[in-house]
Amino acid sequence: MDEIYVKNLTKSFKDLEVLTGINLTVPKGTMLALLGPNGAGKTTTIRILSTLLKPDHGDIQIHGFDVRKEPEKVRRVIGLTGQFAAVDEFLTGRENLHMMGRLYHLPKSKVQEKVKELLIRFELVDAADRAVKTYSGGMRRRLDLAASLIATPPVIFLDEPTTGLDPRSRLTMWSIIEDLMDQGATILLTTQYLEEADKLADRIAVLDRGKIIAEGSASELKSRVGTERIELVIASKSNFEKAKTLFTGKDLKVDIENRTISNSTDGSVHSIKAVLDTLHAAGIEIDAMSVHKPTLDDVFLHFTGHGTSEKKEEIQS
Amino acid sequence: MEQARKKKKFNHNFMKSQHHETETITINEHSQLYWLFSDSWVLIIRSMKHIFKNKDQFLGITIQPIMFMLLFGYVFGGAIETGGISYINFLVAGILVQTAAFGATTTSLSVATDLKRGIIDRFKSLPMASSAVMTGHVTADLVRNIISSIIMIVVALFMGFRPVASVIDWFLILGILLIFTFAFSWISAIMGLIAKSVEAVQWMGFFIVFPLTFASGAFVPTESMPRILKAFAENQPVTHVIEAIRALMVGTPTENHVWLSFIWSLAIIVISIPIAAKIFRSKTSQ
Repeated sequence: MDEIYVKNLTKSFKDLEVLTGINLTVPKGTMLALLGPNGAGKTTTIRILSTLLKPDHGDIQIHGFDVRKEPEKVRRVIGLTGQFAAVDEFLTGRENLHMMGRLYHLPKSKVQEKVKELLIRFELVDAADRAVKTYSGGMRRRLDLAASLIATPPVIFLDEPTTGLDPRSRLTMWSIIEDLMDQGATILLTTQYLEEADKLADRIAVLDRGKIIAEGSASELKSRVGTERIELVIASKSNFEKAKTLFTGKDLKVDIENRTISNSTDGSVHSIKAVLDTLHAAGIEIDAMSVHKPTLDDVFLHFTGHGTSEKKEEIQS
Repeated sequence: MEQARKKKKFNHNFMKSQHHETETITINEHSQLYWLFSDSWVLIIRSMKHIFKNKDQFLGITIQPIMFMLLFGYVFGGAIETGGISYINFLVAGILVQTAAFGATTTSLSVATDLKRGIIDRFKSLPMASSAVMTGHVTADLVRNIISSIIMIVVALFMGFRPVASVIDWFLILGILLIFTFAFSWISAIMGLIAKSVEAVQWMGFFIVFPLTFASGAFVPTESMPRILKAFAENQPVTHVIEAIRALMVGTPTENHVWLSFIWSLAIIVISIPIAAKIFRSKTSQ
């Protein structure tokens, strides 16, 4: 059974179409990562699925409950962690969890037990009796996630759970999310980071301008994008035209302005050497060379023909 | 290694699909009304904790009226003619009501902060009555006001305040003050809901409370005001509340002020609660 089922979801804010027909399903006990740049519609999707926003059209079922007809029942089976830690600044971590448990309508004794357990699991025992306003960003996010798990919901929504966190806090968050997976939760996670989606999710859906433009496992998507890229900065402008003609392939990217040429590669010594040999034979010098793993930008470039930065500018204007 | 870890995870996933540990959420046995009270109680406790944890705000709310009392009692008071009763005896009712009115505006700050900071999203995603958030803040305002009123009366006693009210009068005073605060807190909740930012809330509160408390009988007898201002001051709710409390405290005739205070406050409550609830619903779901 699909714990999360979304068919033909659309949503507009006044004249602005934010979601233009989203279809997605998340089978029980798996994680789907919704990958996309700012403004793609990730948060709107999560807000609709967690009953905070009403959809314009579409059939949406969470754990078998219709979000429009049975929002109360949906709220009973979901946990939501938003982009901004939705916890009370003045209360302590323990008080926050306790309050959320009571508002979830759990029995008092059960709340006590769960609060204790969550504080240990999320490494918040030492800070449990301090006001949240003294917490670091990472601690807030952990508390926020803990708050959404107080009732052990079978379906969990994580909206950019690591955005703005330092690398160490991000790793801690990842291991917590992996634990949730191990316990059998069904998770929908949104992220701007391909690496994060790759590391955590069973499947990835790429969201762009309110539409899902690609879906598959991380390896499927990556094999379609090209595993790694090699980027060359040609030393002189005069040689650039000549250098350009040396390489071919559908993933070739050429930027005259910055004198860069990049192409997909399998990352092996052999193929990198081949690229350098080609340049050497043509007598072309380079300023820099780098090999990097595909980024969200590469995924976007591949599936949409535009990068993520272009999208951002559009949103601002 | 990365691959190995992933593999392990997938095995895990496979295993847990037959044996998964998520518990089903306890379905509550109680009625909706029970949960409405329960949710409200939990959020009242939350807002009450704010009173003491938000120390800056608490100090501001208690120190400001004391400053006003000292300012009017010792600086302006000597020049104000209050006809028969001492100025401090005249002043206390005004300061109490002004403090209640200003104190009530903390509801709008709290409501606006909840809306802007995203905790309202959390409440909305829970199987609870999320409008109980406002009930929590309004109730906490009442408690905060009782505390600051007691502090002020103690300070006033040191300044020579000599009330003649009986025990019954005091209960009446408490009743008038509480229902007035409650009414103002709901107006304040509406301001908190419609404000574009937390900063905007502050001047909105000031904009409403300032004229209502100063263009009233709080600090000077209304007889001394220009004709139009006097007409406004004598007929607006804050003046009735002040005159009622003052008369009860110093033992002068209460005239119509007591029941007019109750009528005004009740009318405000009856009108503002549904408005607040409606704005809350439309603000929190689109």
